[in-house]
Amino acid sequence: MDERVIMLGNEALARGAYEAGCKVSAAYPGTPSTEISENIVKYDDIYSEWSPNEKVALEVAIGASMSGVRALASMKHVGLNVASDPLYTVSYIGVNGGLVVIVADDPGLYSSQNEQDTRAVARAAKVPVLEPADSFEAKEYVKFAYELSEKYDTPVIIRTTTRLSHSQGLVTLGERVHIEDKPYVKNIAKNVMMPGNAKGRHLVVESRENALINDSSDFSINSVEYNDSKIGIITSGIPYLYVKEALPEASVLKLGIVNPLPRRLIEEFASKVDKLYVVEELDPIIEEQVKSWGIKAIGKDILTVQGEYSANLLRKAIKGEDISVLPAAQVPGRPPILCPGCPHRSTFTVMNKLKLHGAGDVGCYTLGAVAPLSCVDTMICMGASISSLHGMEKAKGKDYIKNWVAVIGDSTFIHTGINSLINMVYNKGTGTVLILDNSTTAMTGHQEHAATGLTLKGEETHLVDLVALCKAVGVNHVHVVDAFDTSLLENTLKEAVNLEEIVVIIAKAPCALLKKGPITKQYRVNDETCRRCGMCLKPGCPAITKKEDGAIVIDDTMCDGCGLCEQMCRFGAIEEVIIR
Amino acid sequence: MVMNMKTKNIMIVGVGGQGTLLTSRILGGLTIKAGYDVKLSEVHGMAQRGGSVVTFVRYGDKVYEPIVEEGQADVIIAFEKLEAMRYAHYLKEGGAMVVNDQRIDPMPVVIGAAKYPESIIEDLEKKYRVYKIDALTEAKELGNSKVFNIIVLGIAAQHMDFSEEDWLTVIEETVPKKTIDINKKAFTIGYNQRTK
Repeated sequence: MDERVIMLGNEALARGAYEAGCKVSAAYPGTPSTEISENIVKYDDIYSEWSPNEKVALEVAIGASMSGVRALASMKHVGLNVASDPLYTVSYIGVNGGLVVIVADDPGLYSSQNEQDTRAVARAAKVPVLEPADSFEAKEYVKFAYELSEKYDTPVIIRTTTRLSHSQGLVTLGERVHIEDKPYVKNIAKNVMMPGNAKGRHLVVESRENALINDSSDFSINSVEYNDSKIGIITSGIPYLYVKEALPEASVLKLGIVNPLPRRLIEEFASKVDKLYVVEELDPIIEEQVKSWGIKAIGKDILTVQGEYSANLLRKAIKGEDISVLPAAQVPGRPPILCPGCPHRSTFTVMNKLKLHGAGDVGCYTLGAVAPLSCVDTMICMGASISSLHGMEKAKGKDYIKNWVAVIGDSTFIHTGINSLINMVYNKGTGTVLILDNSTTAMTGHQEHAATGLTLKGEETHLVDLVALCKAVGVNHVHVVDAFDTSLLENTLKEAVNLEEIVVIIAKAPCALLKKGPITKQYRVNDETCRRCGMCLKPGCPAITKKEDGAIVIDDTMCDGCGLCEQMCRFGAIEEVIIR
Repeated sequence: MVMNMKTKNIMIVGVGGQGTLLTSRILGGLTIKAGYDVKLSEVHGMAQRGGSVVTFVRYGDKVYEPIVEEGQADVIIAFEKLEAMRYAHYLKEGGAMVVNDQRIDPMPVVIGAAKYPESIIEDLEKKYRVYKIDALTEAKELGNSKVFNIIVLGIAAQHMDFSEEDWLTVIEETVPKKTIDINKKAFTIGYNQRTK
């Protein structure tokens, strides 16, 4: 087979796992890593699942590896924080079947809450990291990673970034290799990490690091291109592409392995060039190590630790070129917003009416922080809404949080929110928790989870009943309200915040993008009865605009027919239109 | 393999939900069919939710960088006027821009914190080679407002290196089966509308 196809970076990573004979894959969705699992599911030879969170996903993969098959866990950079507990220790344990963890960093924060660098976590956990630059390499590096994992008895991280994960490039398809399942071998000293055993394993980890530092200089995934010796550049991954574009004349050492660093190879390269630069996005992980060996190099002195790089950025910084381009036009920004027909908009409109603060969480509903809704006050990480509200109550008392609610989505609640709710009950907290249940993991592109009743493969499964779950952990007041029934939601919320107990309100309505079939109704403004008061504009629906002359118009290409605006209008000036 | 082809830079800009991903898939399919090296860069996740989205497509003998930078675009396909204006400076000298004459107010405009610029297309025409089309109206006449993006693509196709036949084949391979006919018709409307 030698077929050339175009693939998204994430699709190529999935293909790599398939060709490498991977048998088990687990993940929790997170931009920019989600499409890895969405493509793996297409291969029937791999068991794949959405786990409730990244820690569970990695542990599933570790179990599969221990049993003797090649396994994969994939996640975004902040997901690795959740999974770091098993990661640090599986580094000591090592593998039976190969274990690969794909982690997607997000330089430029396209869809994340921070800009952390996975290489720093990997260094601390002493786990090797490979970094491909395009779709072709993405597929090949996964295969290499499995070989490395089994040869050196270590989990291996593949670091991708948003630009690689969400870029398409050419790959050549290969066949899936047949890997015999390895027998499980009982080995308590290796697999039970209690202190006595872990002490011994730490020694193994250190000697593995040394072996890798030595051997990695000869790995085929590193490449050296000697051109003009005046400028030498050490780089890896996506920045390599910018280097080739901006400095085709330079000598380049492209590292395929970025942890641990192939020291001999780097020292040799450095000795052959006059001026050495290190070009890496985010933190100076390579640069600081290279400098610590007494090698002179230029890196973050002239290059930023923030955001993505580009060829022009390198032309300016390294070559001092004056890149003259026309200035950008001054135009209004277009930040992301909740879609027309989004049930969260309805819930937030009620919260605003009651002047409630929202302790927020991670999902589409984080956009409740954006004007004109502006009712989500905080967002830290997955699951933090409920626990941070609990902290506020413990700090300032029951009365203080009567104008606060925790706001969390169904998928995020299953991810880690449930722990926080258990804590709230256990430690005698009070407060109102709003679970915005749109029956999907919406922001990442609609993935199933434990409370949707479907698996990653689309098979029916037991559906975790959120009401029964909340009651089981000890919440006595659990209400389910249609998210678009604003008056019922308002009354339920009003009672809840004053109750001085824990109240869970599940505001339920499917994501507007998941509705099946054509729209059956829309709304339009009756100019005769419209008083132009602007109440209907308060929820910030993108389908409703105010014209220069003050007239209110509903755009029929956008209106989803949710009817929230009709509920807002006191003069009956917004009318339903039945479509066909 | 086509040789000695200088890298061509295409950008597709619009508002999240307007179908930029489908359009880029079609372009990707075409370039590979023609034997080029190609890189495409897309936006997924939070930014897609009604935000400003941009897709980069680069093809040629050998493509490294997956993004198009300021002053480099040969063709910009804009599904919305304000987005056309936002990214116009990415166009290189002599480049062409196809603009769908549609206005979608961004939230700062909806809430009155900013004004939607007037006479965008006229202003763009002063500086750039601009082809405008009211694709939404044409698509509605065709019977499905959603295919407006393929009409716009049809116009842009006149400024790229592929035959009408190849375009239609790849459209057939890329769009959902039920919509093949209407998408092909939509493309032809754009492709036959001589850019003036």
